[in-house]
Formats: sequence, structure tokens, C-alpha cells
Amino acid sequence: MAGFSYFPHTEEDLRVMLDKIGVASLDDLYSDVPASFLFRGEYDLPDAMSEQQVRDFFESLAAKNTRLKVFVGAGAYDHYTPSVIPYITSRSEFLTAYTPYQAEISQGTLRYIFEYQSMICALTGMDVSNASLYDGPTAAAEAMKMALACTKKKTRVLLSRTLLPHVIRVVETYARFHGVELGYIDAKDGQTSLESLQASLAADNVAGIIVPALNRYGIIEDFTGFAEAVHARKGVVIEYCDPSALAVVKTPGEWDFDIAVGDGQPLGIPLSFGGPYVGFMACRKDYVRKMPGRIVGQTTDADGKRCYVLTLQAREQHIRREKATSNICSNESLMALYVTVYLSLMGPSGMKKVNCLSYAGAHYLHDELLKTGRFEEVFTKPFLKEFVLNPRVDIKTLQQKLQDGGFFAALATEEGYVSFCVTEKRSKEEIDALVALVKEV
Amino acid sequence: MKYYDKLIFELSKPGRCGYTLPENGYGRCVKELPAELCRQVPLPLPEVSEPDVVRHYTNLSQMNFGVDTGFYPLGSCTMKYNPKINEEVAAMPGFTALHPLQPGTDGACAVINGLDKALAAITGMAKFTFEPCAGAHGELTGLMLMRSYHMARGDAARTKVIVPDSAHGTNPASAAVCGLEVVEVKSNAQGLVDVEDLKPLLGPEIAGIMMTNPNTLGLFEKEIGEIAALVHACGGLLYYDGANMNPMLGVVRPGDMGFDIMHLNLHKTFSTPHGGGGPGSGPVGVAAHLVSLLPTIKVSGFHGNFGVMLRAYAYILMLGRQNVKLAGKYATVSANYIKESLKDVYKLPIPTVCKHEFVFDGLVNDGGEEGREGATTLDVAKRLLDFGFHAPTIYFPLLFHQALMIEPTETESLETIDAFIAVMRRIAEEAAADPSLLKSAPHCAPIRRPDETTAARQPVLQYRDTL
Amino acid sequence: MSKVIEGLLYSESHEWVKVEGDIAVIGVSDFAQKEMGDITYVDAPEVEDEVTAGEEFGALESVKASSDLYSPVSGEVVEVNEALEDEPELINADAYGAWIIKVKMSDSSELDALMDAAAYQAMTEK
Repeated sequence: MAGFSYFPHTEEDLRVMLDKIGVASLDDLYSDVPASFLFRGEYDLPDAMSEQQVRDFFESLAAKNTRLKVFVGAGAYDHYTPSVIPYITSRSEFLTAYTPYQAEISQGTLRYIFEYQSMICALTGMDVSNASLYDGPTAAAEAMKMALACTKKKTRVLLSRTLLPHVIRVVETYARFHGVELGYIDAKDGQTSLESLQASLAADNVAGIIVPALNRYGIIEDFTGFAEAVHARKGVVIEYCDPSALAVVKTPGEWDFDIAVGDGQPLGIPLSFGGPYVGFMACRKDYVRKMPGRIVGQTTDADGKRCYVLTLQAREQHIRREKATSNICSNESLMALYVTVYLSLMGPSGMKKVNCLSYAGAHYLHDELLKTGRFEEVFTKPFLKEFVLNPRVDIKTLQQKLQDGGFFAALATEEGYVSFCVTEKRSKEEIDALVALVKEV
Repeated sequence: MKYYDKLIFELSKPGRCGYTLPENGYGRCVKELPAELCRQVPLPLPEVSEPDVVRHYTNLSQMNFGVDTGFYPLGSCTMKYNPKINEEVAAMPGFTALHPLQPGTDGACAVINGLDKALAAITGMAKFTFEPCAGAHGELTGLMLMRSYHMARGDAARTKVIVPDSAHGTNPASAAVCGLEVVEVKSNAQGLVDVEDLKPLLGPEIAGIMMTNPNTLGLFEKEIGEIAALVHACGGLLYYDGANMNPMLGVVRPGDMGFDIMHLNLHKTFSTPHGGGGPGSGPVGVAAHLVSLLPTIKVSGFHGNFGVMLRAYAYILMLGRQNVKLAGKYATVSANYIKESLKDVYKLPIPTVCKHEFVFDGLVNDGGEEGREGATTLDVAKRLLDFGFHAPTIYFPLLFHQALMIEPTETESLETIDAFIAVMRRIAEEAAADPSLLKSAPHCAPIRRPDETTAARQPVLQYRDTL
Repeated sequence: MSKVIEGLLYSESHEWVKVEGDIAVIGVSDFAQKEMGDITYVDAPEVEDEVTAGEEFGALESVKASSDLYSPVSGEVVEVNEALEDEPELINADAYGAWIIKVKMSDSSELDALMDAAAYQAMTEK
């Protein structure tokens, strides 16, 4: 009988092993399992397939998806992924390694995480970064918990109502079970309201607030007065950022904020139907021991050679169990490598150009859409690559028309607006084609 | 492996770049934005060419050890072979280009539904949610469901969860994040949950129990039937930590053992690569009576780690009905073979048949004598690196001081396993003769032992700190 | 063998207390320091924080472990040894010189529950 390609065991190998163990059969290794629990049936699964059949199967499923030109962001941005990224990240030394617990044979992973941490600090203007979290929304939830840990005896965390909806939903889920009292800061003219914040701070129980750099309407928020107001009450300010945009918009560091979180997806990670992405978190040095997740540090080996290790581990679950800063163990290490390679390729000038192209395309689309007469402007605040409009036409009809034309655009928001996003991947020709379709609605 | 000493920042030279972008034909630019909303500080990213980047990261990769490099007997981590068809499937543009909110995703939804059905068949659970991105994330999600179940019944007093003392650190940590108080149940001399110790812990405040079966000692919790009856009788639920599901493939289904909620680690049992620490995927399955609660828990941004789900589904389809049933038994026979082949030179505290993994408690003869310190588990682990093997998990579980936890998986050949056994025996002989050779190991890795104390006392956590 | 100093009081969780009027100077014993190995961080409370006898007031960290500190007495923290912030190794060098916090005691009868040097020595040698 021929074996299965992933299992090297021959009949003879099995015999050698069973003899050494001193049992007659594989089933004897499970003699401690009560007979009533043994699964004696057949799994309701298909028969084994050949590799070609598996490939054909997934190709046929992939073909059932509709390939659309993406003109929507809402937390997942269609930026370009340079070829070098999949090439490097598919190297098996990176791909098939475990968490770098044995530093001596994991310097590759440890070194790129150190570079990743450095780059996240560069973008956010913060002092320290961790090695990654699951995604942006969970990073925001971790930051919420961290705010409580950084500010003893305070119980409440305020969320701006301009945060992306999926971020709010995940933070709310964590808060409900962790026992965090949430409050909300109202929006005024599409931007987090300082007056609303000040009113909520009066109770003096606010551990921290979470506000978005680019908000659910695409607007670049103005945080003048926010840090002063929150720090005066000994709270912390957490900014939820699009890390790509931080190359051009004022950074959490410049706003004098305390913690920066967000999703690294816009930095070279394909859309992939929502994941895997990578959550990032950076903060002031004072708070590093309250930070969740792994952290890599530089040190020297027994011969004095520069090297890298997982450090400050006494914060983590494998040492501190229920008193750990978080339960996170596996993170999104390989996705942090995507980000690191991307930022290495782009450098400071590439990051500016990506933003410039996205900005220019988005503003062109915005103006052209208004010219069609099918939309009204909602806000007049500055935006970068994403914006909302008030539709004068039926949203479903509009969306269907665009989808039929090969576009994913005009995402309906909770407020009844439609949302658009343009990245450097969208060409002027594509924008013109989209606008032409809108005119037909 | 050779040592390469550069950070990407140290290759930087102003004026170099590694990208190409289209021309900006719009005549507009971010300079139009109000200056007070713009970044004023420099952006200290490296300026390097594309070949610089490729060579730098290729060099870094060569200082790394992966499953494709060699045997990785890391206990509780199930470092099995990562099939290459999985990678090809996950990279298909028909999947990678999909926006999570877009219409026209019938194919992607079929993947999720197909994987859901396959996992339900393998575990005996009714339905899975795929939002959790890792095992610990799955634990947290599962505990949220456990609490939701009690709260929905108006049973708000159930705020404690029982966790065995042998559990992974993530179990108590997940409970704490979920707002549950941890009550520890002791292991008995056989390394199993002590049912007599458990009984007095049960009561109206208990939300449930978290169990890993087989447990972290690689032992099957054979009293599970009684434990399930006791916990259910007190009104609690049973949570199955699927970190150790691999040896149970084809043998036992958690749903049949009485578990109400469980998670699987697709990056362990279902062959998806660990990527140096992630991305993983920790889908949570529930019994039929809890299915209606699944939509009430939102724990990640979109649909979970879809790319990881694709790989796991490809793996299950490759194995098919027939081979899924073999994986667990092959892993178990390999673990027992190693255990029996080394138990005369490494201390085996619990000598019974193990499942996918087992734990030694250090060397029988560590070479220690008057004026000479014996070799520890750390020394054995570091010496293994010199022979091209990854180290086992060390100093876990905490039940033993010199724990050395070995898990071979079903994708290692008898020849590889025999080579590992021979090296482990050689190391034991070296230790007995003179522990100093082990204490100064590794000798053949790119670096020798790092100074972790200084790293923690004076943290240098980013490039700027090194300047 | 670990050093034990006469004239100090000791807790079962290896903290020592030196009584100076109504102030309790608190540190960890040489035995505890040795058990921990190289201490990398001292997580201490802040001045004006309240501590309670038998309850945690901080933790010691090493590379691979963390050990909670339990207050032998109740009261208000009046001083924290700031030198430990940058040099936690001072505890390894001299556990009895490197005090961690000073507490203004609210109930000095709590001291009665602590051990003297001989009793503590006997406990650690068990």
C-alpha cells in the first residue's frame, strides 16, 4: 500500500516503533481512552484528493468571486504590494519558523521585528512599539485595557463616535466582558468634538480616550486641545491611525498623545478578504511595561556580538498567567515582515508619493462626482484618500450599476452616506470610467 | 548558518529608493492640506534600493530555523510540515484581491462554509466562528460565549472558571481578559486533573472549566466523562483548548466527550505555517445549544484570518477522510517511540503511554559533582542547536523544574527521529563527562547565548535607541 | 546559604521589615533575591498609595519570572526607593541595603505576626 505524501511512515517503520514501545497496534496507544468516546464512524469529509484536484477546486472557487476595482476603504485599503514582498515573505526560513524563543537560531525573525518596531516608531513618533497584535480593532481593544493599567483607579474609556464602525464594535465586545465602562465622544461637523470631550472629562474617572487620525468619513481630525484636556485629568490619549497616512499627517507623537494603534494592512498587505492583517501598537517609554504582546530588544551575545532577543517577557501570559498585560501569544509576525519590507522599499519619499497620489486621485474623484449632480457634499473638512457624500440617487441602484461595471464603490454607511476611497493603484482612466457610470444612474 | 550584522537602516543612503510609482497626473498634491494637520517631523525610514532590500532580508532569513530547515520537536506547538499547495491556494489572486466588504464573494464564502463543515465533522461541534486570529484569541472568544450563555439565562453569579495547574499560560490570561476569576484545580500524581480536588470547587459561581485533552503532559484526561458530568451538573460549561487536538484526529471528537465550546489552532493541527509567531487562526466551535450566541461576539475587524483558513481547508481536502484519521495516531506513535528510546538517560516523571508529546524532567546524570554544576535543561536545549535540531519546549509545564517537552508530529520520518534520539543520547553522555561543553553551547549557531538580563534592564527597543 | 539579619522582622513571603518609629522600611530577603536570580525590574507603588498587610504591593521581575511582593503591614507609602528604577540589581548586590518602600503604619500590631531572624532562618532552611 502506498502511503500519503505528507506521512513518511512505512508499515515497517510502524512495526519498529510499536515494538520499541511494546504495544501491538496503533490503537493500543489509546487504550486509556474510554471506549464510549472512541470515534468509530467515518468523518463526513470528501475522499483524499490529488494535489491537482485541490488546485482545480480552489481555482474554481476563486473564479466564483467577482474581481472588482476597489474604490472603498473602511478599514481595508487597496494599496499596491510590490513583488519583493511575497518573494521575501514566502522564504521558508521566515514562513515555517515558530516564535523566536531560541534566539540563537532565530536572529532573522528577531532582527526584522526590531526593524519593524523601529519603523512603527518612526511613523507614529512614539518611543516604543510591540512586535504586533492581531489587527487594528483588537489593537484598539488592547489599548483600552492598557489605558486602565496606566491610570490606576480610573474606570472609564471614551470612544470617539467618528471611529470606524468595526473598531467600535470590537472594542465594545472586549469592554463588555473585561468590565470597562465605555463612554462616547460626540462628533461635530464630521470631527470629534472637543466640547463633548471636555464635558465627559468632568467626572474625573476617565482613564483614556480613543480618537481616529483619519476617521470614518475620511476626515483628517484636528486634535488641538485634546492632549492638554485629557492629561490635565491624568488620562491617556490613544490614537487609532492609518499608518500609511502618518507619512504626511500630523503624528500621534506631534499631538503629544500617549498610545498609537491601528492596522498595518495599508503597508503592503493584500486585502485577502479581511485577513491576515497586523495590529500595531506604540507608546511612550513610560508605559512600555503595561504594553501587551511581545517586544524585541537589542543586546549582545557571550562573545559581545550584537544580537536580538524577546525581552520584557515578565509582562506576558507564559510567565504571569492571569496577571499578564494580555492573553496574546501568537501574533502576526509574518505580516509584520510584509510591513517591514514594504517600508524599506518605499522609504520616506515613496511614502509621501503614495499619499500624494491617493490624495490627488481621491480629490479628483470627489470633485467629479459632485459635478454629476448625483451627490451632495456632507462635510467640508480636509480629507486624505477617503470621503463620504450624500447620495441623491437610490444607493442600491447606484451600487449595482457600479458593480456591473466592475467597480466596488459607494459603500453605504450607517448614516446613509456613501463612502469612496482612492489609492495610488487607481488610475485616472478608472476614475473617469466610474464617473461615467454614475452619470447613467 | 552564518552571522550577518546589519540593520536595514544601516544600508540607507539619501537619494536611494526601492519603489516605482505612476506619475501624478492630477495636478494636485498633499501640500494643499492645512499645515497644522500635516507631519512636520522627518520620517526616519531607510532609503535603500530594491536589490539592497532583497539581499538584506535573504541574509536575515539565513539566520533563521524553520520546519523546512530541520526537525522542530517543540512541545505543544505541533510543528508539522507546511504543505506547499496551501501557499499556492492562499496566493490565488481570486482570493487575495477581495475586499472584506465587497459584493460577489460566493467563492470565498464557500471556503468558509466548507471549512466550517469539515471542522464540525472532525470535532463533533455544531458550528464555528472564524474571527479569532490565534489560539489565545479563540480562548477569549470561547470564554466570552461561556459568559454570554450564563448572562442570557440571568445567571450573573457565574464569574469563576476552573483551570488545571498544568494549563498553558494563555488559559488563565484569557480568563482574566474576559473578566473571569481563575480557580486552579490540581493535577494528581498521574499528571491528570484530580477529580477529588475538583469536586469542592464546583458550585453556583462556576462558569465552567477549561481543559486541554490530552493535557500539556501529553496525557489523555481519561476521567473526562466524570468531569463533564460534574461540571454540567453544577451548571457550568466545558471548554476544550484545541492546542493539543492533533493526536485526537481520527480517535476522539471533543463534542462526543461533552465539551460545549472549543477552539482549534489551524496553525498547529491543520498545517498552516507559524510565520515566526503568526498569523494563526483560532476558530471557535460550539455545541448546538450555543449556536445562536455566535453572532453576538465581534472579536476582530472582518472575517478573521481568511488566508490561513484557505490553507487549512486545502490541507483537509488533501488528506481527505482517510488520512485525517491517520495523522493523530502517527504523531502519537512517534512521541512514544522517542520517549521509550530516551527514558534511561532523561528523567521521565510520568511513565505511562503519552499522546502527541511527553515531558522529561532533565537528565538522569547531569554531570554535577562537588565544585561542578550539572547541565540543565537549558544547556541540553542549546546543545541541540549545534546538531541542526530545534530545541524542545523547555521549562514548561511548570509542574517540573527541568521540564523538556518533546512533540515530534506525524510528518517526521523514522530516520529523522532516530537521528534526534542519537543526538539526545550523545548530549546526555557529554553532560555526564563534562557539563561545560553544554554550558557554553551553542557553538555552531550564528550567535552564542545572548545577554537577556541586560536586554531587560536597559531596554533598547528600536533603531533610534542604538544611535 | 542566604544571609539573615538580626533585628529585622520577616514575612513568610520573604519580605523584611525594619521598624523606624511608625515607619516600616520594607525590602526582600537575601533568600528571595537568590531564588529570583538577576532582578531586571522592580514594580513598586507610588508615594501616597495605600498598602494592606498580606496583599500585593508590587512585583520583582527577572528574565524568565515574576514574583509578587506582599506587604507585611498596612498603611500609606511615604517613600519609594527610586534608585531601584534604574538599578534593580542593587537588590541582588545587597538585599538588606536595597529597601523598596517605606510605609507609615496604620496598625503596628500587625508586626506581631512577623517572624524574627531565627524563626525566618529556620523557615528557609526547611
